[in-house]
Amino acid sequence: MTDQTIPIYIMGQRVEVPPTLTIIKALEYAGYTLTRGVGCRSGFCGACATVYRIKGDPTLHFALACQTVVVPNMYLAQIPFFPARRADYRLSELEPTAATLFTLYPEILRCLACGTCSKACPQEIDVRAYMAAAMRGDIAAVADISFDCIACGLCSARCPVEETQYNVALLSRRLYGRYLAPRSAHLEQRIEEIRRGDFNAKIASLKAMDRASLQQLYNSRDIEPE
Amino acid sequence: MSYTEEMLASIAKVEATRQARLSQTFPRMTPDERDEVLRCFHPDYIEEMARPIRLGVNAGDRMPHELADVIEGPAHLDPAVFVPGEPDFICDVLVVGGGGAGASAALLAEENGAHVLLVTKLRFGDANTMMAQGGIQAASQPNDSPAIHYLDVMGGGHFDNAPDLVEALVMDAPEVIAWLEQLGVMFDKRPDGTMSTAHGGGTSRKRMHSARDYTGAEIMRVLRDEVRSRSDRIQVLEFNPVIELLTDGKGNVTGAILLDLETREYRVVQARAVVIATGGSGRLHYQGFATTNHYGATADGLVLAYRVGARLAFLHTMQYHPTGAAYPEQILGQLVTEKVRGIGAQLCNIHGEQFVYPLETRDVESAAIIRECRERGNGIITPTGQPGVWLDSPLIDLIRGPGTIEKALPAMVRQFRRFGIDMTRQPILVYPTLHYQNGGIAIDANCMTGIPGLFVAGEASGGVHGTNRLMGNSLLDVVVFGRRAGHSAAEYALRSGYGELTINHLHDWKAARQQAGLEGGRPAPILLPDYTRHTHPVREEPLIPVTR
Repeated sequence: MTDQTIPIYIMGQRVEVPPTLTIIKALEYAGYTLTRGVGCRSGFCGACATVYRIKGDPTLHFALACQTVVVPNMYLAQIPFFPARRADYRLSELEPTAATLFTLYPEILRCLACGTCSKACPQEIDVRAYMAAAMRGDIAAVADISFDCIACGLCSARCPVEETQYNVALLSRRLYGRYLAPRSAHLEQRIEEIRRGDFNAKIASLKAMDRASLQQLYNSRDIEPE
Repeated sequence: MSYTEEMLASIAKVEATRQARLSQTFPRMTPDERDEVLRCFHPDYIEEMARPIRLGVNAGDRMPHELADVIEGPAHLDPAVFVPGEPDFICDVLVVGGGGAGASAALLAEENGAHVLLVTKLRFGDANTMMAQGGIQAASQPNDSPAIHYLDVMGGGHFDNAPDLVEALVMDAPEVIAWLEQLGVMFDKRPDGTMSTAHGGGTSRKRMHSARDYTGAEIMRVLRDEVRSRSDRIQVLEFNPVIELLTDGKGNVTGAILLDLETREYRVVQARAVVIATGGSGRLHYQGFATTNHYGATADGLVLAYRVGARLAFLHTMQYHPTGAAYPEQILGQLVTEKVRGIGAQLCNIHGEQFVYPLETRDVESAAIIRECRERGNGIITPTGQPGVWLDSPLIDLIRGPGTIEKALPAMVRQFRRFGIDMTRQPILVYPTLHYQNGGIAIDANCMTGIPGLFVAGEASGGVHGTNRLMGNSLLDVVVFGRRAGHSAAEYALRSGYGELTINHLHDWKAARQQAGLEGGRPAPILLPDYTRHTHPVREEPLIPVTR
C-alpha cells in the first residue's frame, strides 16, 4: 500500500485522505469525532445518509457514508436528520385499507411520480413504485417493495411535494404484518399448548438434570435433516 | 475492489469442486474434537488476553483486558465535587438503551401502568438489534417443542446456562413471535401461513424465524414505531447516555445522570426503577479483532451496574462470529449472517475443499476457521494481510433454485454488490469477527439483579446463553427479557417511593480503587470508541468558557 492520498471536501474544507477509506473513516482520518451521522457502520441503520458532488459535475450523488469509498474531489455533506412527518396512530386501532393510508398520510395523493425519491435511495429501492402502490391503496405491494428501507431520510429530503415516504412504507408494512399476512395456525396451536402446561413436566425434568446426563441427552439428540 | 488474480485462481478451484460438494456433507465433530479445537484455537483460550478483576463483587474473575480496563476504571464524576441537583426528569421507569431490549421494556412497562423515560446514547434504534440478520428462534413448528429448544440452548452454552433463564427464554418464545406479529412484524411465511423456518448453528430443529435477512431491523423498526405511538406515556431522549447511576446511599438505585452529547450538559433523572439495556461491547475490540457491533457498543451498562454492586457473569468468554466479511477491506468484520450457511452455503479453503461442518456452534466454527488458516496454512490472504476462507454462496441457488439468494439475502447481496462482488455467482471471503458478549450483569428470570431498583435485559445481561450463544437466541433474548424487565420494573416502581439522589456509592468506588492500587485510567463508561486521527494538539478546555 502506498502513502498516496486524494483530496476530498468535507462541507467545503479540503482534506487529503487515503483513497481506500470509506467516507466515515475519511471523516475520522481528517480529525472528526462523530456522534451524529454514524450508527451501525454496516449499512443497516440509515444514520450516515450522505450527499455529494464530484467537482465540476452537477450530478448529485446519494450514499451511506459507511459503505461508500471516497473518490477524488468529492464534495460531501451528511444529512443526519431531516424533519419528518410521522402520523399519530395506534396500529391496533387501524384497518388495513387504502382509506387508512390516505387519512393518516393525505400527502400521498400529491405524489408527482417524478422519481426523485428513487434516485436518492442508497438501498436502490424503487420508492416511486411503492408510492404509486400507496396511491392505489395496495398495502401488500408497498410492504414488499419497501422492505429493505433503512429510513435514512434521503427520499424525504429530496421530495418536491414534501412527503415522508419511509413512514408511509413503515405503516404499510406494519399493517401487512398484523392484518394481511396469512395466520400461522401451528404457532397459535403451540402457544395454546404452552398455556395449558403441556411442557411443564418435561422442562422441569430437564432443569433438574445434572450436567453429565444433560450432556448425554444432548449428544444423542436427533437432528432434523435439511 | 473486486477479486485479485490469486483470489480468482482459488475461486476457480471452489467452482471446480462445487458440483461434487452438492452431495457432500462434511461430518460434524465429536465432543472431544470440539473441545480440542476450542482449546487450541479459540481466542477465549489465550491466557494473556485476560486478567482477573481487582475490585468489586467479582474480584478475581477473569475478563479480557479491554473490558477489565473499563470495569475497573475511574468514574467521570467526583463525589466530593459533583452534587446531583433537582431532577430534570421524574419517571416511574427509566430505560437505559434504545435497542430491542430497551424498546420491549418500555412497551411492557407502559402497559403495566408506568410512565417511562427511555434514554439512548445515539439515536433510538442505534443498537446491535438493528443489525441482526438471520433470525429469531422459537419452537413453533409441530415437530419441535420448548423442551427440545431448551436442550439445544443448554448444549450450545456448554451447560453453563442458568436453567431458570433458559426456561423463560424457550417457554416465552412462541408468544413473543405472536406478539411481534401483532405489532406488525412481517415474518417469512408460506402462502398457507406456515412460518418459513431454518436451521442455525447448533439447532436440532428448523426453528429460526426470519424477515428476509433484515430480521433484526424489521423487529427494531416495528418496536421503535410502537414506542413512538405511545408518546403520551413513553418519552424518548436521544444523544443522552447515562454516565452514572444514582443511589440513595442505602443500596437502592434511584435514578441516573445523563450527559448530553451535543450540549455537554449533565441532566438528572429520578426514577423508581431503572432498566439497563445497553447491549454489548464489541467496540472495545478484544484482542484487536474487528467487530460486527454498532458504534456505541462499549459495555457502558456493565460499568454502571458493577459500581453499584451488581454481579457480573460469564465475561471470560466472548463470541466470535465465524463469518465476518474479510474482503474487501472497507467492510472488514461486518456480519455475514449465519443464515447463508443455514440455507446451504459451505466453507471452503484455498483449495476449494470443505474443512468443517458448516453449522457447528459459533465458537467451534470460529476456532475451526482459525485453525484452517493459522495451523494448516489453507487460508486465502488478502492484499492487506487479512486471512480468510471462502463461503461458497452460489451453492444456495444450486440447491434451492435460481433467485433464492436475492430473495432471502437482499442485504448481503447489496453489501457485496456495492463493492463489485456478486455473491450469487462468486463465493465471498470470511473470517471470525468479534460479535457478541455472551455474559453480562447476572439476572434472574424477572430480570432482577439483587440491587433494589435495578433491572437488566438483553445483551448486557449474563446467564441466558451460558458460555456460547446460538444464532437467533439473541433477538429472542432481547424481546423475552426486555418484556420481562419492563413488567418487573413497572411492578416494582408502582409499589416503591422515590429515593434520595446521590452518587455516594462513588466514595466506596474511589476507596476500592485506591485499595486495589489502581490509579488514573480513562474515565468509564467510555461511551464511544476512539477512531479519530489527530495530527495537531487538541484543546482540552471548553471552546467558550462557561461563565454562568
